[in-house]
Amino acid sequence: MIVTRSLTKRFGSFLAVDQVSLDVREGDRYGFLGPNGSGKTTVIRMLLGLIYATSGQIEILGRPMPASGPEVLAQVGSLVEGPSAYRHLSGRANLALIDAAGPAGGRRTRQARIGEALERVGLAGIDNRAVAKYSLGMRQRLGLAAALLRAPRLLILDEPANGLDPRGIREMRDLMTALNEAGTTVFLSSHQLSEVEQLCTRVGIVDRGRLILQDDLAALQAPTGRIVVRSTDPGGVAAALDGQVQHRDGDLLIIAAPDAAALNARLVSAGFPVDELRPERRSLEDLVLSLTSAGADRVDRPAAGGSQTGTGTGTKARTATGAEEKDGGSR
Amino acid sequence: MIRVELVKLARRPRNWVSLALLCGLPVLVAVFVAVTHLAPPPGQGPVLLSDVLSSGSLYPAAALAIVLPVFLPIAVAVIGGDSIAGEAGSGMLRYLLARPVGRARLLTAKLVAVVVYVLTAVVLVALTAYVAGTLLFGSQPVAATPGGVTASSLAATSLSGSGLTPGELLLRILGAVAFISVSMLGVGAIALFLSTVTDSSLGAALGALAALITSQVLVTLNSASAISPYLPTRYWLAWLDFFRDPILWRNIDRGLAVQGVYVVVFLAAAWAHFATKDIAS
Repeated sequence: MIVTRSLTKRFGSFLAVDQVSLDVREGDRYGFLGPNGSGKTTVIRMLLGLIYATSGQIEILGRPMPASGPEVLAQVGSLVEGPSAYRHLSGRANLALIDAAGPAGGRRTRQARIGEALERVGLAGIDNRAVAKYSLGMRQRLGLAAALLRAPRLLILDEPANGLDPRGIREMRDLMTALNEAGTTVFLSSHQLSEVEQLCTRVGIVDRGRLILQDDLAALQAPTGRIVVRSTDPGGVAAALDGQVQHRDGDLLIIAAPDAAALNARLVSAGFPVDELRPERRSLEDLVLSLTSAGADRVDRPAAGGSQTGTGTGTKARTATGAEEKDGGSR
Repeated sequence: MIRVELVKLARRPRNWVSLALLCGLPVLVAVFVAVTHLAPPPGQGPVLLSDVLSSGSLYPAAALAIVLPVFLPIAVAVIGGDSIAGEAGSGMLRYLLARPVGRARLLTAKLVAVVVYVLTAVVLVALTAYVAGTLLFGSQPVAATPGGVTASSLAATSLSGSGLTPGELLLRILGAVAFISVSMLGVGAIALFLSTVTDSSLGAALGALAALITSQVLVTLNSASAISPYLPTRYWLAWLDFFRDPILWRNIDRGLAVQGVYVVVFLAAAWAHFATKDIAS
């Protein structure tokens, strides 16, 4: 669906995107992750033909971009850096203009298309007030509706959950899943890792313009070979499993053991109370934080005395990756 | 896309306000002149105004002379400057291009919208001025002379003056409307180019106005006379020659040629810049 080869973008001397080779397959729900300013938005803009690559190739739906832009983009719905609208017009009027601007479509079926798109994003009952009076969440929904207008084969969405409340985020997730099951490939960027964890089947992680990881989510979250045990008698359990206990924190023990069921049987038969027992899995958050550096929106004071702190994957730097700001460092 | 741009043009309340102001100013002037009967003496004040007291059918020309130096260029610069930069500012540019609307197609549609606005503005000003003029000043026949146009009641004794039929007058006013529209298209092309350069529509509009003001200053400067034939505002008033008898075509032709060059050069620059630009807005 989306294939890039050594995609590179340089703004003057600043290397925004460096040799990114994405591979998004048909039917994927692909999560594109990375700190602020890591180049996510620049990649998305290049995919959509808004920014021209310095070098490298892009193929979308099997066609080269931006050369085949007119045919390709007609089958792509997009949301880039937040929704936009003509503020003095109503939501329906905005969708009508956007729909009429695109190729083909047909005027007679326009209202039906608009109605369906509004229905999907939960704005079916919208009245004629101007978009200027919409709430942030309503604008986000309207932006999604615009992306869905032409029943696209591929959705490219930058931060689709921005501005939505928890219920709205849930609705958005259900909508993405439903569209995906109906055959739409979904490519989305997000900071909300739990969101990506629940929605996506595949992730790519960028850091400072480089794609540092791309894999199926299930593979990334495979069991680590350790088992988490919570017991009201942690001391007893630790003593019984001496040598296998790798970490102890209060009543929580992390035990190196290949088989959770066998461990459970052993503990229960030894008479230990087991409150919780599960195979340990890496969370996406741990993975992302271990692989990426601080977002470009964090500007630390240069370290005194020449010692290098605050850069690389230091713990101090990690705290910034969950920040909520938009990806403003793309340029 | 052209239809979309025209719908956007028509649904923007600001555009109607600017048209109303453009048409309102000459009407206001007409009312004052009609009430006081104090027209400026010939050679002073807005061109042709001294003649309209005797015939209102000349008022469209006087009205165009009133709005031409300031109001009309400002309105055109604002529309032209807003065309691409306004879309960038509202964030709609990226969505239009990703729809997809080809960049050349978008630029063409914007240009058509500017042309339609210019024509609408100039024609509306002429029409409202005709209505206001004939209501307030009556519509005596008009005569054209080598020195300009006068009401024929005065020119009847003049040997050189020849009477103009209403049809001839209409043709000449249409000629003036066309000439002024082309002049304004030059302004629009400069504004459109600047609009592709910056993401601020205010900046683009002010940039275009700054270019015009520079040109106006240089036109009046004797030491700049070497370049004055090539300045965009040099022949702006050449349409007055439509009201001479016979019509003096020399400056009209030159004016059209200069504006044509400005339109072609700036549209080409706008296209070249916009087609290769990274859209980061």
